[in-house]
Amino acid sequence: MHYSDISGLSSNALFRLLHKMLIIRETEEWIAQKVGSGDIKCPCHLAVGQEAAPVALSECLTKSDRVYGTHRSHNHYLAMTDDIEDLISEILGKESGCSKGMGGSQHLIKESKGFGGSVPIVGATIPIAAGAALAMKMRNMSSVAVAFFGDGATEEGVMHETFNLAAKMQLPVCFVCENNLFASHLHILQRQTASSTVRFAQAHNINHIQLDGNDVTLLYRKLKLIIGKIRTKCVPYFVEVMTYRWKGHVGHLEDVDVGLKRSEDLEFWKQHCDPVTRLYKPMLEQALISEEGFDILKEEIRKRIQCAWEIALQAPYATEDKLLRWVYKN
Amino acid sequence: MLPKTNCYVGYIRTENIMLLNYAESIRLGFDYLLKHYDNVFVIGQGVWSPWYVGTSMIGLDVTYGEGRIIDTPISELGVTGMCVGAALNGMRPVCVHPRMDFAILAFDQLVNQAAKWSHMFGGQSHVPLTARLIINRGGEQGAQHSQALHAWLMHIPGLRVVMPYSVQDAHDLLIAATLCDDPVIYIDDRWLYETTSLVTEIQELSLNNIESKCIREGQHITLVGAGYSTHLCMQAAEQLTLQGTRCEVIDLRVLNPLKINVVRHSVEKTGRLLVVDGGWASCGLTAEVITKTLETMDLKLLKKNPQRITLVDAPAPTSRALEKIYYPTVEQVCQHVKAML
Ligand SMILES: Cc1ncc(C[n+]2csc(CCOP(=O)(O)OP(=O)(O)O)c2C)c(N)n1
Ligand SMILES: [Mg+2]
Repeated sequence: MHYSDISGLSSNALFRLLHKMLIIRETEEWIAQKVGSGDIKCPCHLAVGQEAAPVALSECLTKSDRVYGTHRSHNHYLAMTDDIEDLISEILGKESGCSKGMGGSQHLIKESKGFGGSVPIVGATIPIAAGAALAMKMRNMSSVAVAFFGDGATEEGVMHETFNLAAKMQLPVCFVCENNLFASHLHILQRQTASSTVRFAQAHNINHIQLDGNDVTLLYRKLKLIIGKIRTKCVPYFVEVMTYRWKGHVGHLEDVDVGLKRSEDLEFWKQHCDPVTRLYKPMLEQALISEEGFDILKEEIRKRIQCAWEIALQAPYATEDKLLRWVYKN
Repeated sequence: MLPKTNCYVGYIRTENIMLLNYAESIRLGFDYLLKHYDNVFVIGQGVWSPWYVGTSMIGLDVTYGEGRIIDTPISELGVTGMCVGAALNGMRPVCVHPRMDFAILAFDQLVNQAAKWSHMFGGQSHVPLTARLIINRGGEQGAQHSQALHAWLMHIPGLRVVMPYSVQDAHDLLIAATLCDDPVIYIDDRWLYETTSLVTEIQELSLNNIESKCIREGQHITLVGAGYSTHLCMQAAEQLTLQGTRCEVIDLRVLNPLKINVVRHSVEKTGRLLVVDGGWASCGLTAEVITKTLETMDLKLLKKNPQRITLVDAPAPTSRALEKIYYPTVEQVCQHVKAML
């Protein structure tokens, strides 16, 4: 296994990265289990295995920056907000959820913590993030907008239109393509002529880079520079992070029979590319954390999740009047 | 890869009659078209995956090859536009959008191109394209994965719109749509996939000869639906007989161009009209049916004001608690009928 390089980073920074990744990992595994048991009915596209990029990026942003997500955004949401409680309530459709019980797993928001919204129409938030960047530029905010999207979204025309616009208008937007090689049941090579998507940015003269999406410290170092550049120079950037989802497209199963080579590849990615282990092991070696400390950390997170789950179960659903309450603002 | 199989769950066939469910009937329609027409091909996101199209296409890729059953990148607009181009050049494409919500990305090609070419080129060009749009609601999927937008498409001159309710129509209308020289929007509903019925052998029908159909006779009230809402009407009619109410049920089948004769005849007889739809009220299917009926009938024959059941004017909610009150139900139809008697 290729470990993350932890040299030069403070133990506090490393600990934050590890902690946030574990929050995502444990929450997603918990949700997976509840989907399996039938307690969660809302379709959940889980991001186990894809913890590193959103965590690294979240550590590079400031309060006025905005992140937009997709159908698979529990990881983005948790990285930005740390709100396990509001996420779980939302998935259960409860009024205490981050979207007041109106959105469920695929429609998450928390403006106060920079999470501008996630929606499941593929590609939809790519121009929305660019529009956020346009507003930031017009308002002289020196803020950055981020669009997370999958490799599948690069097949939608709107991405290509937006790339041209963002490049021509020099917008402070970071396009982050989480290339997990799959769009539902199809491998990227069943859909495109290459397994990397950076060529699309190249075509529009947008600065671009492909990164190991499961190496959290590498991502942190690189993204810090990239976000800094976007902020100061007011230019768009395209970052492709190569990763892999451990669960199937939707739900708790692994879907090993779907798509090209998935059964062999999944095992490889778990054994050799787990972003959590890749950070934890070198931290352990350098005595920044102990095995015991690691277990305690996970246990604390699990307790928090358990507690959030129980509270959410007791919480009321959004009431009937809410059906019409927010169709229009007033 | 998906497990590929062409041994799909066998249907019972005796002489000319088969027992099928709705999804199998759709599959049978595809099978017939692909077997008999070399220029038919099927393309769309998810056509190799039961996650997207249920059991309605299982094994077709094995039987007819991935050159004719084409799963695609996530490119609704491009795929649909290519179907327009192929249709203009001798092919009969069936373009599949596994959720009606995703087809919105393709509306430019459907509305600005497919619907217009015959008219604006003086009839010299036409687009024999079928777009299959699947309504897939419920299950806490929320606002962008639950829409039934047939009314939006009905609004467009040049687009024929069909919406099968019966197992028989699931393949009859698919075949008629594909063999039609105009663009046809074929709308099927995942909530109907398990309904089972005996069907007669495949026949090729002209869409011009297909219209609304009275599928249950009664003298007290006329219930009108399309697709799944016809199912609700039939269930309600069944329940209401126990209380002595005889409902006449009309299944619309072809929403555009909408022929109203069958509905009008029925309302002239019963004097009461209740239209049920899983779309919104404003400019919707129910609005059109009621208007068209009243425009052409003797209003003195009405015993009650016509009524409609639709969604409330809100996007679909997500939680099970709100979903329960959002979609029209059999009970709601029954209550409405009772109030109108
Ligand atoms: C416009 C649109 N078309 C199709 C879908 C169905 N769909 C949902 S997720 C998905 C795959 C997306 O793949 P990718 O962008 O790579 O994201 P990943 O699931 O890998 O995270 C598809 C096809 C959709 N939600 N929206
Ligand atoms: Mg992907």
